[in-house]
Amino acid sequence: MTAGELHAASVIEIADTVSSGRASAIEVTRAHLARIERHNRALGAYLHVDVQGALAQAAAVDRARSAGQPLGPLAGVPIGLKDNLCTAGVPTTCASRILEGYRPPYDAHVVERLRAASAVMLGKLNMDEFAMGSSNENSAYGPVRNPWDLARAPGGSSGGAACATAARLAAATLGSDTGGSVRQPASFCGVTAIKPTYGRVSRYGLVAFASSLDQIGPIARDARDAARVLGAIAGHDPRDATSVDRPVDDYEAECGKDVRGLRIGVLRSALEGCDRAVVDAIEAALGRLTRMGCELCEVELPYAEHAIAVYYIVATAEASSNLARFDGMRYGLRVRGEDLRDTYSKTRQRGFGVEVKRRIMLGTYALSAGYYDAYYLKAQKVRALICRDYARAFERCDVVLGPTAPTPAFRLGEVKDPLSMYKQDIFTLPAPLAGLPALSTPCGMAEHDLPLGLHMVAPAFEEARLFRLAHALEAGSGFPRAPADPEG
Amino acid sequence: MARLTLDQVRHVAQLAALELSEAEAQAMQEDLGSILDYIAALEAVDVSGVEAVFHPSQVASPLRPDEVRGSLSRQSALEAAPESDQGGFAVPRVLDGDA
Repeated sequence: MTAGELHAASVIEIADTVSSGRASAIEVTRAHLARIERHNRALGAYLHVDVQGALAQAAAVDRARSAGQPLGPLAGVPIGLKDNLCTAGVPTTCASRILEGYRPPYDAHVVERLRAASAVMLGKLNMDEFAMGSSNENSAYGPVRNPWDLARAPGGSSGGAACATAARLAAATLGSDTGGSVRQPASFCGVTAIKPTYGRVSRYGLVAFASSLDQIGPIARDARDAARVLGAIAGHDPRDATSVDRPVDDYEAECGKDVRGLRIGVLRSALEGCDRAVVDAIEAALGRLTRMGCELCEVELPYAEHAIAVYYIVATAEASSNLARFDGMRYGLRVRGEDLRDTYSKTRQRGFGVEVKRRIMLGTYALSAGYYDAYYLKAQKVRALICRDYARAFERCDVVLGPTAPTPAFRLGEVKDPLSMYKQDIFTLPAPLAGLPALSTPCGMAEHDLPLGLHMVAPAFEEARLFRLAHALEAGSGFPRAPADPEG
Repeated sequence: MARLTLDQVRHVAQLAALELSEAEAQAMQEDLGSILDYIAALEAVDVSGVEAVFHPSQVASPLRPDEVRGSLSRQSALEAAPESDQGGFAVPRVLDGDA
């Protein structure tokens, strides 16, 4: 593989190439750092590039290989990390002013796992502030641009991660997903992403947004790459009390297995509100699945229409509690006020962006005296009904399938009011409410080469099934496919 | 579930330790109002007999063995402090004042 091709290599190709010594981890890392240097200004994907750290990690991988020591499954693979993942000594801002310059004293569990897998961490990726958003326009450090059309949004909140993967500024990235934040940007950027089952991946070191919904997920160019990365980061961690002690399946082995006989539950009603191009791409994918021997049936999730309301009560309520820790006392920004209370208020006023404040307010209101029953408790009961909808659907099918988003990527600045932005996530919200694994795979293109995503949900801990289907769908999808470089 | 009054907005802001300017409070009133209007559709959903789901997994909180383990050093914990003093976080006065 020549230097010019190293950035175009997949996670698996890089791991093979470095493990076998055909290329060094240093060469691979340098190739990616060079691309970041050339293209990040136009794209805004990275907030911090850890040049010294990445080169040191790569050198350590090369030394280990020369010494005949075994390397991990991600040997020399350059990975970008969403900036809400704690990286010891490396700035972690959650794209907020309130954490400007903050360097955590510890690594997140997934970061430790990546190191153990011999990966190389390139830096921290831009995002919507505190993971609140669907367009990456809510970053305190500037927006991220969609590499397929720089005037359009990459999606959010893991916009930087999806952009970096699509534009080959990393071989793969880790994002986080609460309401759709790895899946929707993957859909807009033409890459593959999975939100694992709740509890599959440890949240230790992930800055919390909504604790009953958050999960970390890989964003990669295809199912096989995503499978390898998930395999490396999944597993029990006693430091996350919600982390599940359950063996990790061999996700990679699923890619290439026969999908004959798998029952696909199609959310036909979901297609009704979508762009024509989305409908055509999904129908074409269903055609491919039928020819491969899958059985299609129609399913409904009757209470999923309430998912937006439920989510924006539950997630904001949890966020209002989780973000109370940003008070100017122990880390981050401090704006001195007249007294303690005033210091809290002025710090948070200055440090948080508009969308974050809006959600904190909404969540605080929903939990406040007199409103808890009507909002929070009610929402958690409707949540139970959404869980029931999925349980019923899975009596008749093996996956629930629909579009990831109703449209391709919208223009930056186009979606102006908060509620319209919230409605972007209509298809991705129900799965995290039920704690179920969900994957987005690119399935076609709309006009002007804008990628479209197909969304699949499986029962708890059935990520293997999602990878099997996603891999099978790639043939004939036109993906993986990379956009042209920003300079053309 | 009516829209919020400005007083309610200011009260919630106080609960959330957010200092909103007059203009921000008005914008917030508008934004929260339309979101709450939308959320009001939940009122009509019949949830009789339904148990709330607070958590997708029904895993009981595991306890770890009661043994002494290391944790963050004092130095690491204080590294990011806006102000520190004598091995602790220096914070505005909490006692003897209107805190």
